[in-house]
Amino acid sequence: MGNKQTTFTDEQLEAFQDCTFFTRKEILRLHGRYRELAPHLVPLDFTNRPDIRVPPTLIVSMPELKENPFRDRIVETFSEDGLGNMSFNDFVDMFSAFCETSPRELKTIYAFKIYDFNRDSFICKEDLQKTLTKLTKGDLSPEEVSLVCDKSLEEADLDGDHKLSFSDFENMVSKAPDFLSNFHIRI
Amino acid sequence: MPRKKDTDDINIEMDADDSDSDDGGNNKRTNNRRQGAGRGGARGRGRGKKPASEEEDEDDEDESPRGRRGANKKKPVKKRGGRNVKDDDDSEDEAPKKGRKGAANKKKGGKAQDSDDDDSDAGKGKKGKRGGKKGGKDEESKGKKGDAKGKDKGKDNDNEKKKKKKKDDSSDSDSNTNSEEEESMSEGEMARLMEEVEEKKKLIATIRNKPWRMKRRLVHLKEAQEFVDKFEGALGKGKGRKWYAYKVMMKKKWIKFSRDFENFRTACIPWERKIKEVESHFGSSVASYFIFLRWMYGMNLVLFGFTFGLVVIPEVLMGLPYGSIPRKTVPRADQDTAQDYSVLMDFQGYCKYSIMFYGYYNNQRTIGLLKFRLPLSYLMVGIGTFGYSLMVVIRTMAKNADVGGGDGDEGEFTFAWKMFTSWDYLIGNSETADNKYASITTSFKESIVDEQENQKDENIHLRRFLRVLANLMILCSLGGSGYLIYFVVKRSQEFANRDDLSWYEKNELELIMSLLGLVCPPLFETIAELEDYHPRIALKWQLGRIFALFLGNLYTFLFALFDEVNTKLEEEGAIRNASLWAMKEYYANYTLFLNDSNLTPPPMPPADVIRGPCWETAVGIEFVKLTVSDIQVSYLTILIGDFARAVIVRFLNYCWCWDLEAGFPSYGEFDISGNVLGLVFNQGMIWMGAFYAPGLVGINVLRLLSSMYYQCWAVMATNVPHERVFKASKSNNFYMGLLLLILFLSLLPVVYTIMTLPPSFDCGPFSGKPKMFDVIMETIDLDLPAFLGTLFSYAANPGLIIPAVLLMVLAIYYLNSVSEAYQNANMELKKKMQMARDEEKNRRNNTDSTNQVMKDLEDLLPKGSLMAPPEPEKPPEPESRLTKTKPGSAGKGVNLEKDVALASPNPNARGPVNRSPGPRGAGPGQGPGRGQGPGPGRGQGPGRGPGPGRGQGPGRGQVPGRGQVPGGPGRGRGRGPPPR
Repeated sequence: MGNKQTTFTDEQLEAFQDCTFFTRKEILRLHGRYRELAPHLVPLDFTNRPDIRVPPTLIVSMPELKENPFRDRIVETFSEDGLGNMSFNDFVDMFSAFCETSPRELKTIYAFKIYDFNRDSFICKEDLQKTLTKLTKGDLSPEEVSLVCDKSLEEADLDGDHKLSFSDFENMVSKAPDFLSNFHIRI
Repeated sequence: MPRKKDTDDINIEMDADDSDSDDGGNNKRTNNRRQGAGRGGARGRGRGKKPASEEEDEDDEDESPRGRRGANKKKPVKKRGGRNVKDDDDSEDEAPKKGRKGAANKKKGGKAQDSDDDDSDAGKGKKGKRGGKKGGKDEESKGKKGDAKGKDKGKDNDNEKKKKKKKDDSSDSDSNTNSEEEESMSEGEMARLMEEVEEKKKLIATIRNKPWRMKRRLVHLKEAQEFVDKFEGALGKGKGRKWYAYKVMMKKKWIKFSRDFENFRTACIPWERKIKEVESHFGSSVASYFIFLRWMYGMNLVLFGFTFGLVVIPEVLMGLPYGSIPRKTVPRADQDTAQDYSVLMDFQGYCKYSIMFYGYYNNQRTIGLLKFRLPLSYLMVGIGTFGYSLMVVIRTMAKNADVGGGDGDEGEFTFAWKMFTSWDYLIGNSETADNKYASITTSFKESIVDEQENQKDENIHLRRFLRVLANLMILCSLGGSGYLIYFVVKRSQEFANRDDLSWYEKNELELIMSLLGLVCPPLFETIAELEDYHPRIALKWQLGRIFALFLGNLYTFLFALFDEVNTKLEEEGAIRNASLWAMKEYYANYTLFLNDSNLTPPPMPPADVIRGPCWETAVGIEFVKLTVSDIQVSYLTILIGDFARAVIVRFLNYCWCWDLEAGFPSYGEFDISGNVLGLVFNQGMIWMGAFYAPGLVGINVLRLLSSMYYQCWAVMATNVPHERVFKASKSNNFYMGLLLLILFLSLLPVVYTIMTLPPSFDCGPFSGKPKMFDVIMETIDLDLPAFLGTLFSYAANPGLIIPAVLLMVLAIYYLNSVSEAYQNANMELKKKMQMARDEEKNRRNNTDSTNQVMKDLEDLLPKGSLMAPPEPEKPPEPESRLTKTKPGSAGKGVNLEKDVALASPNPNARGPVNRSPGPRGAGPGQGPGRGQGPGPGRGQGPGRGPGPGRGQGPGRGQVPGRGQVPGGPGRGRGRGPPPR
């Protein structure tokens, strides 16, 4: 620890620790990762809270995300502008939601947002189709896709409106055995 | 004293002010506070008994909602010294918002406060109270606090009492009254403050759980922290706090530790990645074989630990060395060839006289310095192996059944779960990601197959006939193979008396058995084609049939072995007599010539001693040989049947006249049933043989370990996935059931031999005893206190055993009926849940096709005639129901819709109505999908591209109650005329 570079003030670090599930070290590491994405854009010194956004193309190229079929949606969901440009706050926010310690409720909320492609607060059949295509890389035939989507809707849609509201989604996911272990990104 | 108090007051007031200013912008918080104050006041009033307190309460109440100036004036005069008034005024001036008013209040109203205090105590429990008290102490700080504290404790609910105490107090010291009042006031306030602080703290603790943007979180956090900082200082930091903090810390640490431990434990499970990889390529059914293999490996490791830890290693370390006694020495006749490879491969020679086999162990009661009772340990381990295996198998079965219990629930969301929870976000490696894609696709396909299987219905009579026919054929072939084996065994008994045997005649039995094993399974599989079961069920049938075949083979083998054992026993009897005779002769000569009655053993080298055939070792050798040849056969099959085939198909394909890959040989599929059964039978061999050959367990561990890697490699490199990928049944209980059956079947012969056959007289740990289990009797007699011996003899009394057995049977019966009752209850509950769900669905969209009766009723309504045309189209059109339906407005909506639908192809009344007007660029895109509904007026799609958003608005406006009815008509209609 030769150079005592101050990336954050202690207060900032404390605040981040309180607001996320990360330790101080992890936050610094996150900053490192964030800076790595766009070294020319992101300053080392964050004490004066610079307003910096990293475009989605860069974020998506992170190894943690680059294989994820939903990476674009993830980035969009967590960015404040909805387009995927992420400030450091958004960045930390994202990984905090995905980290192992974050509770099921929080993960459920974000998962719902991610799968809601058209952002109408419902997961409708199109959303399902998109999800499925992304999940299987389009390996299923259209009939199969349609069958699977109908089936999923039938299963999870409790109020019969043929789209999944958040409560439907929550109910379904809360019973899923491996949601927690799968909805998790290690940074 | 007054002075001191003043300063305290001022301090607090300042705190309050500060916080007020902090709060300035934060409406919410002030609201809270105000509410709190109001509540407190109200409560106080409700409860207050004394006029005085009532008055104050009133004041309180007035104050909170109102400006409170007047109240102030009144109060100070009544209760307080001038200084207090001043303070109050100050505070008011500074805090017009009165967020902090509560605090000021408190200070003033003694009695109101008490009641408040009581309230909060009741509501919040001890902690709040303690905190309050402590806070109070802190604030008042220094001087006479001890007094006050004691009082606090006594005070509690009763105002009357309080009064008295106060009096006491004042009698103690003049100035006390005031301060005591002060104290109590601040205490109530403290309680409230405490509550708020707790609230804030909770917010701080849980802020990370809030789905807010980071910015918002940071802002809230800062506010909350500032608030807490302000007041926590005021709320004291006594010992309790430290203790509390310590507790919190320890709790955190514990959680972390347990999580780490869990991680570690899962990390310790071997081959997880290998199996995942296989699973992603071949589906869960193939993976289930490997999981089963891993489970077997784990169980065998434990058996290995027992056997080696308690039998083999003690014998090696503490027993007599090789060559010291006859049973540990190769006989002179065999010594020349004892090291030949072929002899060793037959487990004769040095192998036979090694710790691998029963015969090597000595019958010394105790060995070594530790007085280790090896014979006892040997018997116990032999029995314990079965005990442990039974326990593990049954426990696993029960656990699986438990999991299976949740199956009904699981069925609810198969597709949805796959859709939303199957992607593993941890994946960061492209190869793994590809695997995952493959496995997800596979699993979807599995589910689709299952689903289609459910929906399929065809000629049931033909199917039944074919199934019966298939079973008949299989029974015939089973019977045939059974007879064949019987015939061969008979013949081999004939051969046994002859010497001039050809190679074929010598090995006829083995040859026939392996041929049967090779030919029958594919035959069964071919026959099973007739039955056309779902692959999962077909697999079970196949397993069951091959199992029957193997079982026949196994028992034939066993009977042959028993014959051998019996002849060996006879032979042994002869040898024993002979050796006894020789011994007697020797001693006779010895005493005759030397006139010495001291019995010294004959000076014969151990290699020359006459010895019996030691049937136990012979049996052990049989089992070891069988196991080893099984390993060889299965590995060679993989190498030739899969690997060579794959190589040929792959490389000869370039120069062949037909497509080898797609055509005849193609690549092999992984033979799940054969492999599982091989594993199960192998385990049966181990169980049977482990008692006579302790080394067998070690061999088996090696085999399982190597086959894990070997088969994983083979399956990935040479096999192709099954044509119809199917999911393994959720619980592996079928495999476990087979294993249990085999365990039981292998338990029988071993226990039979232990209980009835006499052990060899010159080899093994039980030599010299009439029965093997006499070791236990011996131990009971010699090592345990006498009364325990008698106790055992009582316990072994049939008079006790029979009632015990009866009791167990009754217990089983009872538990069985209880479980049945639970099952019924379970079914009932499930049905209820299903009903509730259906009802919910119906309630929400009562016009929908879910409820046939309601629909029929609706049809009967006066306007039903109008509704008729679109109605029938609705049910078969699931997509057309995307509409959001509103309960209650059904009928009307239908009519309206209908009117519009039939009367005018109004361009405005287009489909989008039913959609929430989301921001969507996808608008036009989603149209076609939705539009397929066969609505009455179906023009056709293409034209609708331009701006559905526009069409939407008016449509909704015009037809108010419309959304609720099946979107079918609406949507269908919509697509006709392009909106513009």
